[in-house]
Amino acid sequence: MLKIKNLHASVEGKEILKGINLEINAGEVHAIMGPNGSGKSTLASVIAGKEEYEQTEGEIILENEEISELEADERAHKGLFLSFQYPVEIPGVSVTNFMKTAINETRKAQGLEDMPAKDMLKKIREKSELLEIDRKFLSRSLNEGFSGGEKKRNEIFQMAMLEPKLSILDETDSGLDIDALRIVSNGVNKLKTKDNAVIVITHYQRLLDYIIPDYVHVLLNGKIVKSGGKELAHKLEEHGYDWIKEEVKVES
Amino acid sequence: MELKDKLISSFFAFEDQIDVNNQIHQLRTKAIKDFETIGFPNKKEEDWKYTSLNSVLKEDYSIFPKEENTIDYKDVKKYFIHDIDTYSIVFIDGIYSSHLSNTTHDKIDACLMSSALHHEKYKAVIDNYFNKIAPQDSGLNALNTAFSREGAFIYIPKNTLADRPIQILNFSTGNESALMLQPRNLIVVGENSQVQIIERHQSLTENPVLTNSVTEIYAEKRAQVDYYKIQNDKTSASLIDNTYVEQKQESFCSIHTFSFGGKLVRNNLQFFQRGERIDSTMKGITIIEGKQHVDHNTLVHHAVPNCESHQDYKGIFDDKAVGVFNGKVVVEKEAQKTNAFQSNNNILVSDKATINAKPQLEIFADDVKCSHGCTIGQLDEDAMFYLKSRGIPAKEARALLMYAFANNVLESVKIPELKKRINKLIANKLNVSLGFDL
Repeated sequence: MLKIKNLHASVEGKEILKGINLEINAGEVHAIMGPNGSGKSTLASVIAGKEEYEQTEGEIILENEEISELEADERAHKGLFLSFQYPVEIPGVSVTNFMKTAINETRKAQGLEDMPAKDMLKKIREKSELLEIDRKFLSRSLNEGFSGGEKKRNEIFQMAMLEPKLSILDETDSGLDIDALRIVSNGVNKLKTKDNAVIVITHYQRLLDYIIPDYVHVLLNGKIVKSGGKELAHKLEEHGYDWIKEEVKVES
Repeated sequence: MELKDKLISSFFAFEDQIDVNNQIHQLRTKAIKDFETIGFPNKKEEDWKYTSLNSVLKEDYSIFPKEENTIDYKDVKKYFIHDIDTYSIVFIDGIYSSHLSNTTHDKIDACLMSSALHHEKYKAVIDNYFNKIAPQDSGLNALNTAFSREGAFIYIPKNTLADRPIQILNFSTGNESALMLQPRNLIVVGENSQVQIIERHQSLTENPVLTNSVTEIYAEKRAQVDYYKIQNDKTSASLIDNTYVEQKQESFCSIHTFSFGGKLVRNNLQFFQRGERIDSTMKGITIIEGKQHVDHNTLVHHAVPNCESHQDYKGIFDDKAVGVFNGKVVVEKEAQKTNAFQSNNNILVSDKATINAKPQLEIFADDVKCSHGCTIGQLDEDAMFYLKSRGIPAKEARALLMYAFANNVLESVKIPELKKRINKLIANKLNVSLGFDL
C-alpha cells in the first residue's frame, strides 16, 4: 500500500525528518509514537503533501506510484487521507456542502460524474449515524465553533465519506473525552477493511486501547528508532521514552 | 475642450430642454456656479489621495444622449432580480424606459424624479427633501444637482410597508461613443415605514461610460431602510456614487455595497444621525482584479446620544487591482453612549495588488464605545492545505476560502433571492463551480 524510503524533509531549512523507512500493507494498522518534537506531525504532513515542508530526499510510494511530486489534492484523489490534529474553521461553508465539493472534486479527478444528490444524501445519513453525528450539525459551518471532540468526530466523518485507501490519524485522541474517544475509535474500526490501511500517530498509548495496531514504531529525532508489536506501546506507556533514548545512544 | 468646460457650456443647452420655471431650477443654476468654482476633486485633497479621476475624465463624453434607445427585456433580464415580484424603475442612457419599468403610485410612490418634479402633489416633498443633505462643498454633488432632471423617486408615506422590493436599474447602450450619466435619486421613508431597494448600474457596451450619481435617503422616525448596491459593471464603465442618508430617531438604515466590477468605482457614503437610538449599518464586499479600482469613502456623523453605527467592509484584490477604504466616524460632544464599530478586512491575492486602508475616528464625547479594526493579509496556508487534503484543487480551495472570508457580510442581506444572486456573482467572479450554490 505505502512504501516510504529514506525520507528526509525540512521546514524553513531545518531538517526534521532524517531518513524514514516504513512499509505498510493493505489491512494493517500502524501506530507511530514519539515524544513532542520528534517529527510525528511533520511526517503526516509530508506524506499528505503540505507545501511548506520540503522533501529533500527519499521516496513516497502509494500503490506502486511515486507521489512525492503530487499536490495534496492529487494525493487525496489517489486515496490518501489525513485527519488533522487542528482542523481549520471555514465559516459560511456547511459540513454538507464541503463534503459534496470534496467528493465531487475527487470523482471529477477520477473521470466520474458528480454523485447523484440522492446517493449523496443516503451516504451522508449512513456515515453520520456511524459517528453519532446529529443532523443539525451537518448544516453548521465547517468546524466553526465546534468543540474539540466535535472537530475530531467530523474528521472521521470526512474519512468515512471519502473512503480513503490509506488514512493517517494525527493525534486524533488529543482533546477527546472518553465518550468521544469511544465514538471516534469505534468509527475508525468499523471503516477498517482488508483493503485499506491506517496510520495512527499518537503521543499516548490511550487511543491504542481502542484502535489496536498491528505494528508500533517509535519516532525519535526524525528517525524511526524502534519497531515492534502492540506490546511496545504498553512498554512506552509504562516506562516513557527515556529507555529508548538510552538504547539509541548506546547503539550509535 | 476639457470635460469641466464642456459641462459648464452644456448647461445652456440643458436649460433649453427643461422647464426653467421649475421649483428646483434655482438650485441648478446655483449648482453650476458652484461646480465652476469647485470643479472635479483631485489627488491633493485628503479624501481623494488614493483615487485619481484623471483617467476617466479625459474621455470626450456626450452630456445628453442623442436619441431614445430601447432594449429588449430578454437581453437584460439577467440584470434584474426577476424571480420575485418587485417594482422597477429603469433608465436607458439616462432616459426612463416605461416598457422595462414597473412603477407604482398605489400606497407608495416608486416612480420618476422627472414626474415628481412636475406634479403639484410632490411639491412639498421636493421642497422639504431635495438637495437638503447632499453636502454643498462637493463639486460632484454640484455637478449632479446642476443637471438633475431624472432618476428614481421613492416616497413611502408613514405607517406603510412597501409590499415588494424596488429595483433601480441604469443601463447604458453604447449608442454614444462615450456617455456621461447623472442620475439623481430621492428616497423618503416616512415614520414607521419600511422599504428595500436594489440599485444597479449596467453598461451594455465597451464604450466608456461615466456615471456621477447622487442619492439622498431620508429615514423618518422608526423607519427601516435596506439598500443594496450591485456594482458589477464592465471595465469600460466608471461610477461615482454619492449617497447621503439622514436618519431620525429609532430608525434603521443599512447600505450594502457589492463591488465586483467597473474600471473605477468611488463610493461616497455618508450618514447623518438626527435623533436618538438610531442604527446605521454599512457593509461591503469588494472582489476585483485586473486594473480595477474601488474606493469606499464613508462617514458616519454621530450628533445625538445613544446611537449605533456598524461598518464591515471586506475586500479581495487580485492582479494589479487597487482598493481604498477610508472610513470616518465623527462623534460629537453631545453624542454620549455612542456605539460605533468599524471593521475592514482585506486579502491581497497577488503581489501587485494594493489596498489603502485609512480608518479615521474623531471622537469628542467621553462616554462612548468606538472600535475599529483593519487587517490586510493573504489566504491562510493551513486552511488551503486542509481543503486540498480533502481533494479540493487549489483554485476551488482558494475560492471557498475567499467566500468564507466575505460570507458574514452576506448574512445581513434580507432578500433571499438577492443573496442567492450575490452568491452566484461571487462564484462567477471567483470562476468556480463548487457543486453547490455558494
